[in-house]
Amino acid sequence: MAGLVSRLYRGEINVDFVGKQKLWYGLSAVLLIISIAGLVINGLKLGVEFKGGSVFSFKAPTASIEQVRETFGDAGVHPIVQQTNSGWRVTTESLPAEQVTELQKTVAGDFGLSQNDVTLQVIGATWGGQVADKAVIGLIVFMLAIILYLTMAFEWKMALAAIVALLHDLVITAGVYAWSQFEVTPATLLGFLTILGYSLYDAVVVFDMIKEVTAKLGTTSKVTYTQAANDALNHTLIRSLNTTLVAILPVAAILFIGTTLFGAGTLKDLSLALFVGMIVGTYSSLCVATPLLVTLKEREPRYQAIARRLAATGAGAGAKAARQPVPAGAATASGGEKRKKK
Amino acid sequence: MLLLLLAIILAMGGVMFLNRAYTPEYGLDLAGGTTVTLSPITPNGDPPSEESLNLAVNIIRDRVNGSGISDAEVASAGDNIVISVPGAGQEEVVKLVGTTAELRFRQVLAIAAGSPQPPGEMSTQAPTPTPAPSGSPAATGKSTPKPSVTAEPSPSGSPAGRGLSEALTNPSPAATPAASAAPEKAEPTGKATGSAKGEATPSSAPSAAPTGSAAPEDPLAGVDTTGIDPEVLKQFQELDCSKKDKGQGAQDDSNKQFVACDQDGSAKYVLEKAAVTGTAIDSATSGVEPSTGEWLVQLSFKGSGPDQWSKVTTTAFNSEAPRNQVAMVLDGVVISAPVIQEPITGGRAQISGSFTQVTATELANQLKYGALPLKFEKSSIEEVSSTLGADQLRGGLIAGAIGLGLVVVYSMIYYRGLGAVSVLSLVVASVLTYQSVVLLGHFAGFRLSLPHIIGLIVSIGITADSFIVYFERIRDEMKEGRRTLRSAVEVAWVRARRTILIADAVMFIAALVLYFLAVGGVAGFAFAMGLTTLIDIVVVFMFTKPFVAMLARLKFFAKGHPLSGLDAERMSIGPSAGSTTVPQEA
Repeated sequence: MAGLVSRLYRGEINVDFVGKQKLWYGLSAVLLIISIAGLVINGLKLGVEFKGGSVFSFKAPTASIEQVRETFGDAGVHPIVQQTNSGWRVTTESLPAEQVTELQKTVAGDFGLSQNDVTLQVIGATWGGQVADKAVIGLIVFMLAIILYLTMAFEWKMALAAIVALLHDLVITAGVYAWSQFEVTPATLLGFLTILGYSLYDAVVVFDMIKEVTAKLGTTSKVTYTQAANDALNHTLIRSLNTTLVAILPVAAILFIGTTLFGAGTLKDLSLALFVGMIVGTYSSLCVATPLLVTLKEREPRYQAIARRLAATGAGAGAKAARQPVPAGAATASGGEKRKKK
Repeated sequence: MLLLLLAIILAMGGVMFLNRAYTPEYGLDLAGGTTVTLSPITPNGDPPSEESLNLAVNIIRDRVNGSGISDAEVASAGDNIVISVPGAGQEEVVKLVGTTAELRFRQVLAIAAGSPQPPGEMSTQAPTPTPAPSGSPAATGKSTPKPSVTAEPSPSGSPAGRGLSEALTNPSPAATPAASAAPEKAEPTGKATGSAKGEATPSSAPSAAPTGSAAPEDPLAGVDTTGIDPEVLKQFQELDCSKKDKGQGAQDDSNKQFVACDQDGSAKYVLEKAAVTGTAIDSATSGVEPSTGEWLVQLSFKGSGPDQWSKVTTTAFNSEAPRNQVAMVLDGVVISAPVIQEPITGGRAQISGSFTQVTATELANQLKYGALPLKFEKSSIEEVSSTLGADQLRGGLIAGAIGLGLVVVYSMIYYRGLGAVSVLSLVVASVLTYQSVVLLGHFAGFRLSLPHIIGLIVSIGITADSFIVYFERIRDEMKEGRRTLRSAVEVAWVRARRTILIADAVMFIAALVLYFLAVGGVAGFAFAMGLTTLIDIVVVFMFTKPFVAMLARLKFFAKGHPLSGLDAERMSIGPSAGSTTVPQEA
C-alpha cells in the first residue's frame, strides 16, 4: 500500500483508463440502468417544499422543541418544527385524512390539549411551480452555455463528452436518492447544483491536460490519440485524486455528523448528494468523459492515420504484446498501452 | 500583490467595523422570521381560482425576493398565501407585499436605454417605437437598445414580444384606422429624441436610428427635457435598469412625475403624472383581430376613465415622439408603452403589436387585476422561530471545521512545505468569504441559510483544487528538469493559470445563468457559488502565486529540502528517473 502511495506521489502510476473503456461503459450503463429503474419504480421522495403538505398549529407553552419533534417523529412523519409567538407550527408532508386525525389525537394527548386545539392547514409548495420550472429552464440554458463555452475554449467533442459525463453524474446521484428513498429537499437540490459545477470543473481540468498533450501529436508521432489521452489522464490522476479527497473530506465530515448526530435534516440532505455526486463525478471525468472523447476523436482521419501507421509498424503495441496476447484487430485500439517513455 | 490583498482584507474589515457588522445575516431556517398569512377577498365570496392564486404567489415572490438572495419564502396555503421573511421585525417588508399595486397610465416624457452602454452602441439608443400600422406589427420595434438582451427570448415565460412596438387605437369597425393615422404622424417625430424617422417605412425603423448626436455617457443626450422636474431628471440619469429587480415596487406617487424601467430592462422612461388609474378600467380582454388574425388587447374604461383617457391620448397624439406614447405602469415597472395612433374617445381602446396569445392574455390580466390578481387582507402576522435548531448550525460548522482540518492535515503530509501555502491560502479564502458574506448581508440583504453555509465550506475545499493544479504543475516542471525552482514556479504558473481560469469560468457561468434565470433559493445559492468562484480567483492570483514565488527564493525550498515538498528524491529526479511523464513528442 505504501508502495502504491509513493508511486502515486511520484507520478509513476499508469492505469489503463481509456483501454478499458468497454468495462467503464458497461459499468456506467449498469449504474445508469439501475438509477433510471429506481427513478421509474420508486420515484423521488419529494419534500414538502416541493409538494406542499400539512401544517399543524397548536399551543403548548411548556413543550420543548425536542418533545414536539419526537411526538411527530414517532408518528412516522418528517416534521419541520417552528415556534411562533402564538404556539407551535409543525409542517409535515401531505397526510391522508385518517392519519391526520390520529396525529391530532396524539398531539392533543401528549400536550394535554383537546383535539380541536390542534388545527390543520394545507400548505402549497414553497419550491414548487415557478421556482422549480425556472430552475429547470436555468439548467437547460446553463448546459447550452457550457457547451458553447467549452466548444470555444476546447472543441465541441470535449464539450459533448463533458456534458454527457455531467448528465451521467446527475442521473446516478438521483438514482441513489430514488433507491434510498431519502427525502429530496431544497437542500438536496442545491447539492445537485454543486455537483453540476464540480463535475464540469473536474472534467475541464482533465481535458485541459489532454488538449495540451495531444496538441503535440503530428503525423510522425509515436503514439495514438488514445495513448496520449491516457497518458494525460494518468498525469492528472494525482491531481484528480487529491482534489476529490480534499473536496470530499469536509463533505464526509458533514455527512457523518449530519447522519449520526442529527438524523434527518438539511445537513444530511445536502451532504449525501454531494458525497455521491463527487465520487461519481471523479469517476466519470476519468472513466466516462475521457474514453468518450477518445472514441469521438479516433474517428478523425488524422488520428486514424496515426493509429493505422502505428498498427502497421507495431510500434507502441510491442510492450503490451510481450506481456499479453493482443487479440487480432485490437491493434488499432491499442489505446491505453502501458507505454514507458524511452 | 500580497500587500494589495492585505489592503483589501483590511478595507473590508474596516467597513465591517464602521458598520458594526460582524456576523452574517442568517436565513429563515437559521434565524426564524416573520410569517404573514394573506387571505384573498373576492367580490362574490367564492374561493379564488387556483390560477390566480398561483399568479399572486409568483408576483409576491418577485416582490419579496426579487433579487433572489433574501431567502424569503412564499407559498399558497389552501386559499391563503403564506409569506415568510427571515429576521424579526420585518413587518415593514410584509406590509409592502400585500398591498395591491395599482395600474397607472402615464404619458411618456422621455426614453433612454435601460443601462449605461459602451460607446458605439448608442446609435440604437433612443428606442422610439414607431407607430406601426396595426396590420404589420412585427416590422417595427423599439429597435434593440441592448442587442444582447433582445436577441434571446426571455425564458421566464414573460412576453418577449412586449419590447416590440405596440400601438393603441380605437377599436373601430374599420379595419385599418391606425394605418391611416400613421402617415400623418410621420413628419414631426424624431427631433426630440434624436432618432431618425422610420415611421413611413416601418421595416427599416430599427436600423434607421443612428444619429451620432448622442454622447455615449449621457442618457439625456438628445432627450427633450422640457417640462420635466429636475429632481426627476436626476433620478432618470441614475436609474439603472440592468439590476435584477428593475426598480420594481418603487414608490409610485400618482401626482408626481416618475421614472421607471420596462420589463426586460432594455429601456427607461420619464413619465408624466398619472392620467388614468387602473381602477378606471372596466374590462380588459385579449382577442384576435378578425381581419388580420393578429392578437390584441381590448380595453374599456368606466366612470371618469373615458374622459381622462380621451384627454391623455389627445395630448399624446399631438406630441412629438417619444411623448406620443402612453405607458402602463404596474408596480413601478412599465409593462407596455404603446404609441397613440389617434385621440381615443368613447372609453374603448385596443392595443396591437406583436402579441402572441400568451402575451396578450398576460397583458390583459395585468390590466384587469393590477399587480396582484386578487385582493388580500392580512389574516395573521406571526413571528416564527428557526426551523433548524441552533444545533444544526453548530453541527454544520463543527463538521465543516473538522473537514477543513482534515484538508489541512492532508496537504501538510502530501505537500509538506507547499502544504503550508495551501493552508494559508485556505485561511485567506475563509477570511475573504466571511467578510464578503457579512458585508453582503449588511448592504445587499444577502441571507445565509444552512445550505449556503455548507456550500461555502465545500467551495473552500474546492478552492484547494486551484493550488493542487498549480503545485502539480510546479512538480512537473521540476521533473522535466527546470534548473531552478524560481523559473519552474513561473513557467508552471502560466500553464496552471489557464487551467484554473477555464475551470473557474465554467463554475462562474453556472452561477450566473442560475442566478439570473432561477428564482428564490436556487438564485440565492447560485449567488453564493459565484461569490466563492471569484474569491478562488482572487486568492490564487493575489495570494498563492505571489506567495509561492516568494518562497521559491528561500533556500529551504530552492534547494529541495526534504520537508519542502520539492525534494529531488520524492519527485524521482535524477538517476532513478524513468517513470512515465507526459510524452514530449517531437
